[in-house]
Amino acid sequence: MSFLNYFINGLSLGSVYAIIALGYTMVYGIAKMLNFAHGDVIMIGGFAVYVCTSSLGMHPLIAVLISIVVCTVLGITIEKVAYKPLRKASPLAVLITAIGVSYFLQNLALIIFKSDTKLFTSVISIPLISLADGKLVITGETIVTIIACLIIMVILTLFIKKTKAGQAMLAVSEDKEAAELMGVNVNRTISLTFAIGSGLAAIAGVLLCSAYPTLNPYTGSMPGIKAFVAAVFGGIGSIPGALVGGLLLGIIENLSKAYISSQMADAIVFSVLIIVLLVKPTGLMGKKMSEKV
Amino acid sequence: MAMLEVKDLEVNYGVIKAIKGVSFEVNKGEVISLIGANGAGKTSILHAISGLLNKTNGTVRFEDTDITNVPAHRIVAMGMAHVPEGRRVFAQLTVLENLKLGAYTRNDKNELEETLNMVYERFPRLKERKNQLAGTLSGGEQQMLAMGRALMSHPRLILMDEPSMGLSPILVEEIFSIIRDISAEGVTVLLVEQNAKKALSIADRAYVLETGNITLEGDAKELMNDESVKKAYLGE
Repeated sequence: MSFLNYFINGLSLGSVYAIIALGYTMVYGIAKMLNFAHGDVIMIGGFAVYVCTSSLGMHPLIAVLISIVVCTVLGITIEKVAYKPLRKASPLAVLITAIGVSYFLQNLALIIFKSDTKLFTSVISIPLISLADGKLVITGETIVTIIACLIIMVILTLFIKKTKAGQAMLAVSEDKEAAELMGVNVNRTISLTFAIGSGLAAIAGVLLCSAYPTLNPYTGSMPGIKAFVAAVFGGIGSIPGALVGGLLLGIIENLSKAYISSQMADAIVFSVLIIVLLVKPTGLMGKKMSEKV
Repeated sequence: MAMLEVKDLEVNYGVIKAIKGVSFEVNKGEVISLIGANGAGKTSILHAISGLLNKTNGTVRFEDTDITNVPAHRIVAMGMAHVPEGRRVFAQLTVLENLKLGAYTRNDKNELEETLNMVYERFPRLKERKNQLAGTLSGGEQQMLAMGRALMSHPRLILMDEPSMGLSPILVEEIFSIIRDISAEGVTVLLVEQNAKKALSIADRAYVLETGNITLEGDAKELMNDESVKKAYLGE
C-alpha cells in the first residue's frame, strides 16, 4: 500500500475521531464538564443499528435514523438524571459521575447483548475504488466517513453562526449568568448541546462499526478516549479544534501503524499529545480564557 | 402602584446573611439609586430581583406580577433588563451578535431592526464597530455595548450595576448623560453605584445600603445635603 493510501485511511479514522470529539468539546464548552460516558453512547448507537438491521431486518438508512434518535434521547436523559443535579457540585463529583455513567452503560449493554463480539454488517454499500493499478484502494466506508465529517462540520458551523439557538450556545459557553439575563434558558441550551453531541455520537458509531465491523459493549471506550485526546489536542471547547485534532490524530495513528509499529501506535499518539500540551497548554486552537475576578 | 416593589428581601450565601430584610419601591418613570460601600449588598439585591440569586425570604413584584420565583430567563421577556456589573459582554462574539442576543426573547424582525437602529443612534460607536469582537472594545465601549444590549429587549425597567466602574471621568460623564436620556424616554431606571455623588445627581430618590440593611432613604437632593451621607459617601 502506498503512503497516500495510509494517509487517506488515517483521514477517515480521524474523521470519526473528529465527529466524536465534537460532542466532547461542545459539552465541555457549554457545561464545563468532561462527559466520559460519551464514548459509550457510540457503542449504544452501534447496537441500535445492529438490532434494527440484524434482528429486525430494517433498511440500513432507517436503522441509522433510529440510532440517532436513540442516542439523542439517551444523551438528554443522561444529562437530566446524572449531571443536572450536580450543576453546582464540584467538578470532581461531576467527573466521577461521568465515569460511573460510562460503566453503567457498558454493563447495561453487557446484560442485554452479552460479552461476545458481534459481527456488524456495514450500512454502506458503495464498492471499492481502485486507482493507479490497485496501488490506491479506497473503500466506500472511507469516502462516506470523510464526506460525513465535512458535512457535519459545515452544518454545525452554520447552525452556531446563523441560528438563535446556536448563538445562545455560544453565549452560555462564555457566561451563563449573562446569557440568562438575555433571556436564554440555560438548562434547555445544555440539553440541546447533549442532544446534538449524542446524535453525532450515533453517526460516529455507525461509521466506526462499518469500517471496523465488530461490536461489543467496550467498542466505544477506546475511540472515546482517543476522541477526548483529539479534543484536548485541538483545544477543548473549540469546534474547529475538534476537527483539526481529530484528523491529525487519525493520520498520526495510521502512519505510525504503517511505518513504525502497530503496537506502538497508541503510545506515539499519546506522546504527541503530551508534547503539544507542553508547548501549547491550551491545545492547537484553544483560546486562553482569562479568569474573571 | 409601584412598578417594582421589593419587600422584606433576604438573601443568604450559605450561612452568611448578605441581605437582611430590605424593602423599597421604584415608581414608573423614576430614576432610583442604591448607594453604599463595597460589600453592602447592592449587587446581591439586583441579582435577587432579576432572578439570578435565590431569595431566602421576601417578595419581589414587578408591574403587579409576583416575580419572586420566576427564573431569570423569563423575567427579561416581562420587560425588565439588567446591565450587570463588569459589563459581561460576550467577548468572543461581535458587537452585532451581542446586540442580537439582547433581543433574544423578541421575534418580530421589523421591530428588531427598528430597535437596533435606535440603539445605533444612541451609541454611534457601536455601529462603527458592529463587526468587531466585543472583547476588543475599550472599557467605555463595552459599557455602551452592555447598555445597548439591554435596551435591545425593549425594557420598561432597566437595572444598572456600577455602570461607571473603571471608566475615565469623561466617560463617566458620558455614561451618566446616556442614563439620563434613557430615563427621559420613559424607561424606569434602578441604578446601583459606588460613585454616590454622580448617582445622587441624576436620581429622583435614593436608598443608602449598609451591610445588608437600608439605613437611609429619601429625595436624592436631600440626601446629597445630609451630613452623614456627605461624610460617608461623598468624601466631604
